[in-house]
Amino acid sequence: MMLIDLLPIALLGAVLGMDVVTFPQAMISRPIVAATVAGAFIGNATLGLTMGAVLELLALEMLPFGASRYPEWGSASVVGGSLYASQQANSGGALAAALFAALVTALISGKSMVWLRRLNASLAAREHDELVRGSGRAVTGLQLFGLSADLVRGFCVTLATMTLFTPLTRAIVASWGTDARYSRAIVVAMVAAVSAGAIWKIFHLVSKARILFLAGLAMGAYVLVTTT
Amino acid sequence: MTNAQLSPAEQKLDNWTWFRMYLRLFAVQGAWNYETMLGNGIAFCTEPALRKLPGGIGGERYQAAMGRQARYFNSHPYLAGIAVGALTRAELDSVPPAMIERFRTALGGPLGSVGDRLVWASWLPLCSLIALGAFGLGARPLFVIAIFLVTYNIGHLALRAWGLRVGFQRGLRVADALGHPVLRKGPQILGMLAALLAGLSIPLAAREVIGSGRQFSAMIILLAMVGGVFLTRLGRRVEGWRLSLVVLAVFVLFSVIR
Repeated sequence: MMLIDLLPIALLGAVLGMDVVTFPQAMISRPIVAATVAGAFIGNATLGLTMGAVLELLALEMLPFGASRYPEWGSASVVGGSLYASQQANSGGALAAALFAALVTALISGKSMVWLRRLNASLAAREHDELVRGSGRAVTGLQLFGLSADLVRGFCVTLATMTLFTPLTRAIVASWGTDARYSRAIVVAMVAAVSAGAIWKIFHLVSKARILFLAGLAMGAYVLVTTT
Repeated sequence: MTNAQLSPAEQKLDNWTWFRMYLRLFAVQGAWNYETMLGNGIAFCTEPALRKLPGGIGGERYQAAMGRQARYFNSHPYLAGIAVGALTRAELDSVPPAMIERFRTALGGPLGSVGDRLVWASWLPLCSLIALGAFGLGARPLFVIAIFLVTYNIGHLALRAWGLRVGFQRGLRVADALGHPVLRKGPQILGMLAALLAGLSIPLAAREVIGSGRQFSAMIILLAMVGGVFLTRLGRRVEGWRLSLVVLAVFVLFSVIR
C-alpha cells in the first residue's frame, strides 16, 4: 500500500477513534463494527468481520468506565481490520500478525487519549478566567478544540501504525513457520479465555449468572456439535 | 401539550433549542479532561437554553450561569442529559446559585454509577454478545453490524432523550428519576441475559473464527474456559488484553524465526 492508499484508512481511523469518547459515542468504534467497515474499505468485509469478532472478544474486558484508562479500540480495529483484510485469508500468520498490530495500536492510541486529556486540561486552565467570567466563546472554543484534536489524534495514530505495520505484517506473514490451523487455534483460545474471564468479572454478582452462563454454554455446545 | 399547560421555563424553550441541546449532548465529552471532566461539556450543552435568560447572550445572568456550569462535573455521558435538563431548568427558574452548586455536587456521583452499571456493564456487553452470536451463526457482515448498531443505539438514543426531558421536567427533584425501574432493575435483568448469551455466543464466535480448523473447537473451548478461570483468579492484577499482547508477541517471534 502506498501512503496515498493509507489516507482513507487513516481518515476512517480518525472518525471511529473519535467515537470512543468525544463524538457521538454511538459505538461505531466497537471492533465488530470498525474492523468490518475497515475490511469493506479494503474490499473484504468478511475478513474484517473476523478480525472484528476477535477484537470484540478482547474488548469485552476493557469497558470505558469514567476516568479509567483503557485501550482505544476504534483506530485499533481499523488497523487490525484493514491489515487482515489485505492478506490471504488462509495464510498462516495473517490473523496473529494483524491482531498484534491492532493491539499495539490500541496501546499507543490509549496513551494518546491520555495526552489529549492533559492537553485539554492545560487549555482549560489557560482559559480559566474567561470560563469563570462565563464566556460562551471560551466554552465553545474548548469544546471544538477537543473534538478537532481528537480527530487529528485518531488520524495520526492510524496513519503512523498503518505505515509501520503494513510492511511488517507482510514480512511476518511471508516468513511464518507455524501451521495455519494451529496459529488460528492459539489466537482464538487466547481471546476466548480473555472474554470468558471478562464476562465472569462483569456478571459474577448478578444472581443466577453462573447457572445461566452454564446453560448458555450447554446450548452453545449443542449447536457446535450438531452443526460442525 | 398546549402552551397553557407548559411551565414558564418550558415556554422559553422552542423546539430548535431542544434539538440543539440534544445534538450537543452527543459531544458532551468533547473537551473531557482530568481537571474539570465533563464540566465544560455541561456548559456547552446548556448554552442554547441559557441564551433565553433575561439579557440574552452576554447578559449578566447568562454569564453567571455559564460560569457556574463550566466548573467540574462528572457523570456517565449518556445520563449527562439528566444533569443538563435539570440544571437548565434551575437556571431558567432563577434558583439561587448556592443551591445550584450543591445540586451539581450531589448529582454527579449517582449519575455516574447508575450509568456505568446500566450502559457500560450491562447494555454494551449484551449488545456485543448479540452481535458475536450472530457472527457465530454465520450471519453476513452487514447484518452483524446492523444488529449491533440498531439494538445498541435504540437504547442509547432513547436514554439521552429521556434524560434531557426528565431532567428538565423535574428540575432539582430529578433524583426521584434515578429510581426508575429501568435504571434500578435493568442492570440485573440485562446481566442475566448477557450471562446466558455469553455461554452461547463465545464458543460459536470462536468456532467461526477457527474456520477450517473446526476439529479443534472442543479443545479450544476447554482451553478458553481454563484460561478464563485463570484470568478471573488473577483479578485486577493483570489485564487480559495486555497479557494477550505479550503472548502474541512471543508467538509471532517464535513463528517467524523457527
